[in-house]
Amino acid sequence: MAGNSGNAIDPIHQFHISKIFPVEIGGVDFSFTNASLFMVVTVAVATLFLVLSTNRRGLVPSRAQLMAEMSYEFVAATLRGSAGNDGMRFFPLVFSLFMFVFVANMLGMFPYFFTVTSQIIVTFALAMLVIGTVTVYGFFKHGAGFLKLFVPSGVPAGVVPLVSAIEVISFLSRPVSLSVRLFANMLAGHITLKVFAGFVVMLTGLGAAGVASAILPLALTVAITALEFLVAFLQAYVFTVLTCMYLADALHPSH
Amino acid sequence: MSNTQDTNHVEHTEVPGVKESGSFPPFDSSTYPSQLLWLVLSFAVFYWVMSKVVLPRIGGILEDRRDRIAGDMAEASRLKQETDEAIEAYESALSDARKKAGSMANEARAKVKAETESARAAAEEQLSAKLSDAEQSISRIKAESLSHVGEIAAETTGELVKALIGGRAPAKAEVAKAVDAALK
Repeated sequence: MAGNSGNAIDPIHQFHISKIFPVEIGGVDFSFTNASLFMVVTVAVATLFLVLSTNRRGLVPSRAQLMAEMSYEFVAATLRGSAGNDGMRFFPLVFSLFMFVFVANMLGMFPYFFTVTSQIIVTFALAMLVIGTVTVYGFFKHGAGFLKLFVPSGVPAGVVPLVSAIEVISFLSRPVSLSVRLFANMLAGHITLKVFAGFVVMLTGLGAAGVASAILPLALTVAITALEFLVAFLQAYVFTVLTCMYLADALHPSH
Repeated sequence: MSNTQDTNHVEHTEVPGVKESGSFPPFDSSTYPSQLLWLVLSFAVFYWVMSKVVLPRIGGILEDRRDRIAGDMAEASRLKQETDEAIEAYESALSDARKKAGSMANEARAKVKAETESARAAAEEQLSAKLSDAEQSISRIKAESLSHVGEIAAETTGELVKALIGGRAPAKAEVAKAVDAALK
């Protein structure tokens, strides 16, 4: 009893990973967990929505098709805006990243659902995918010329070593900032939500006065829920915009 | 006492799943291989479906619509141009017809007028010819009648003189002379 109520208001509990089908390969744990389940659910929801809504290929779109088209044009405009027309070769990657992060964030807003993007390893893997693509494509396309990225043009020769050092550090910190930003926002938002919701539960257990005073945290919970929906979209958008900017570096290293 | 309660509490709050490792779940590296594997699998499938199915399809839909709109606009402007041309042709034809109609009316009017004039002139000529004929015959008849008047008067006078005086009739020439003198 005490343990149950303790779990109910434990804000960290929602991030626990529990095994559904244990899988072990070569002594390493590859179990299908609730996190894996929600990755699959995220992919399934996004894919089904996009496939079914565009199934009729309507010249005059239905509502669902319009949403799919809007997400397409939104990501395309973001990518074209920062990386130019030749950036469109990365469109499938950027669109997949945006939809995956966005749908994962939004699914995380459902009570009892696991938030895939609240795991640092997931956001870090996605960030490394972006930086890896930038680095590999940059060297593949420009060869050593990609290193111009670290030597901004128009800088006096005396300060080039200093500026280059800063540029290298900033490049190396990109995957960290990209992943930590998304992870921390989702984690902090969900913890805050759980803490305020926990206050409501605790206060209502204290009788009439508690119920009355529970109104404030309840109002805050509602407000934070709305804010979290905004953050869920905004962080997916920020992740996408930064991805586009980094890809622009791979396409045009000499800025 | 309080100590045991504390440990109990800690145990309670961290019970399920955390037994394997007591750390904060996102930093529990024992879950990383599983998360990475399933992320790679699901994201790879997602990327494949997006790049092979969904994005070409949406791109095709948008392109079709753009083409259709551009085609429709071109068709509309072509039709509008045709309409403008037709209106222009109609208006020029109309003004031509109006001009032609005006000139035809003028011609007809002039023709009718000329015909009327000539007919009137002919009629007048005919009438004046008839008039002069009539005048001639009147004057002829008048002259004739007048010439007969002297004769009749002379004859009547001769008879009157004969009846009045008796005896013999006066000479014809004398009577005629006297009548002529009386008529003058």
